[in-house]
Amino acid sequence: MSQFTLNLLVVGGSFALYIAIAIWARAGTTSDFYAASRGVNPIVNGAATAADWMSAASFISMAGLIAFVGYGNSTFLMGWTGGYVLLALLLAPYLRKFGRFTVPEFIGDRFYSQTARVVAVICLLVISITYVIGQMTGAGVAFSRFLEVENTTGLLIASGVVFIYAVLGGMKGITYTQLAQYCVLITAYTIPAVFISLQLTGNPIPGLGLFSTHAESGVPLLTKLNQVLIELGFNDYTGHHGSTFNMFLFTMSLMIGTAGLPHVIIRFFTVPKVADARKSAGWALVFIALLYLTAPAVGAMARLNIITTIFPDGTSAAPITYDERPDWMRSWEKTGLLAFEDKNNDGRIQYYNDNSEEFASIAAERGWEGNEMVTFNRDILVLANPEIAQLPGWVLALIAAGGLAAALSTAAGLLLAISSAISHDMLKSVLMPNITDKQELLAARVSMAFAIVLATYLGLNPPGFAAQVVALAFGLAAATLFPALMMGIFSRKMNTQGAVAGMLVGLLATLLYIFTYLGWFFIPGTNMLPNSPDNWLLGISPLSFGAIGAALNFVVAYVVMRITAEPPAHIQDLVESIRVPRGAGSAVDH
Amino acid sequence: MSDDKSAAAYWAANLRIIKICLAIWALVSFGFAILLRPVLQMLPLSIGGTDLGFWFAQQGSILTFIALIFYYTWYMNRLDREFGVDEE
Repeated sequence: MSQFTLNLLVVGGSFALYIAIAIWARAGTTSDFYAASRGVNPIVNGAATAADWMSAASFISMAGLIAFVGYGNSTFLMGWTGGYVLLALLLAPYLRKFGRFTVPEFIGDRFYSQTARVVAVICLLVISITYVIGQMTGAGVAFSRFLEVENTTGLLIASGVVFIYAVLGGMKGITYTQLAQYCVLITAYTIPAVFISLQLTGNPIPGLGLFSTHAESGVPLLTKLNQVLIELGFNDYTGHHGSTFNMFLFTMSLMIGTAGLPHVIIRFFTVPKVADARKSAGWALVFIALLYLTAPAVGAMARLNIITTIFPDGTSAAPITYDERPDWMRSWEKTGLLAFEDKNNDGRIQYYNDNSEEFASIAAERGWEGNEMVTFNRDILVLANPEIAQLPGWVLALIAAGGLAAALSTAAGLLLAISSAISHDMLKSVLMPNITDKQELLAARVSMAFAIVLATYLGLNPPGFAAQVVALAFGLAAATLFPALMMGIFSRKMNTQGAVAGMLVGLLATLLYIFTYLGWFFIPGTNMLPNSPDNWLLGISPLSFGAIGAALNFVVAYVVMRITAEPPAHIQDLVESIRVPRGAGSAVDH
Repeated sequence: MSDDKSAAAYWAANLRIIKICLAIWALVSFGFAILLRPVLQMLPLSIGGTDLGFWFAQQGSILTFIALIFYYTWYMNRLDREFGVDEE
């Protein structure tokens, strides 16, 4: 059977499964559609949250990000998991007790203000729409690489599948497809990693293999990796080579941003009890950790594998000739994501750091005239893993299905957050309060359909800033929604004026700071200052600004609260009531 | 809850455990993995050919986060019952 047929069978089979689940889990009421009738088992919700959270970026890009930087990019590992501690301790149980359907609904009701609700809807739409673009383009790329269809066709198929289960099943359909998608993506990620770990260290658990002995050389794997990297002029893997201050701020921004992402928060509205919301956050992190503990091992091992493939007799001996290169390199060269250039015409591949001044003399001595692996796209790492480890074709097909599962599950969660903000917060709460449950359900489905069309359009015509928008989404979630939600729970006296002023200052400050360095609306050439460390205010990178935006939000909200009227008594009673779990059951049918 | 005093005591106990958990959360990630890494490097401890700070950055903090959430869940379930505010 050809690789193409295998890919088609495995991916097609996974899609058939998602559609079957959607038909079984149809939504009959708005409670089904927005919150799966709050009947989701906390462990199931944990797995669904993990799939919801782990996007194409976690599945495809993260191991590569870590592999080519090492210690410095541990920020992603800590930032994207540490947010769950904040969710479990500061937000999830109280928002579940409040018993509503959306994030803007909590902000609007708690701050007794339509203005606060609308500001929250705007923040949510900016965050979720920017985030969904990346998922749709990711799905399109995975389709075109593995199923040999046009990018556009791939994207349309992906949208069609999401359309079926998201419009039909709402949160209920999404929850159970996300559970299936989690199983597909974690299996796909783990199998090649286990084989690579076995080959290099003899340890079947990649997370333990990372800290084990490298079987061939007898020294610890990381020592071996540091050694070969330094011998080729690269920075050592475990060393700290960036700004400590930005590493701190970036980790903080990712953590707060994670806790403030609406599509993650709404998952906690689906469990039956407050205690389940706490427990569910723990399970979500367990399921996420299965991938996040494997990813750094995949990164380090793949980096070492690439170097030993090119220098089979050690870094001091000659590298392989271009004609001897393995098959996986040949097949990725066709995609343009991997490219070689024989700069010194010796027919061999010299891979080293030609930016290192100290190494330049050694390179010259060896007759090297520049790094000849001129392109190595970081995203190849995970996708090529099965080929690097010489695993059978069905593992490669599984990786294709896994990448698509990661992108589609996150896209569906985001689309639900977008459509419920429109149908529930704008239509039902602000514009047409008198519509019936049936009419609202129809409106929710129509807005879901519109959201998918919009996301598909943006996926086909990406605004050219896909890489930066993720930073914007996290920065804004950290600077706007997280502080508003936290103060709504932990400060009984926080009022409308404080919350709205805080959100607006957080929103504007973060947008302004990011646009100053990355260009207005990311249009190239419109940035007012060059994006380099010596131009950054106090050395703060625009990507790390979310934590500063959050701090500004807290300070402004507090000051404004002190000089304006305190909230009415019934709101203060409401805050008291969300602080205790008892009575959450009655909030089910609000 | 009918008794205001016990409501206040419940909330104070909750805030106390949240502060303790968040202190540990910050210590393992911002502390051990980033700011205090040079201090940990001075210890004669190594794990898999590198220092404890690197381990905390890539694995230790994640494992600690999981333990923290489950500990908090367990502690709060007990606290809820003690103050009679658990869900029926």
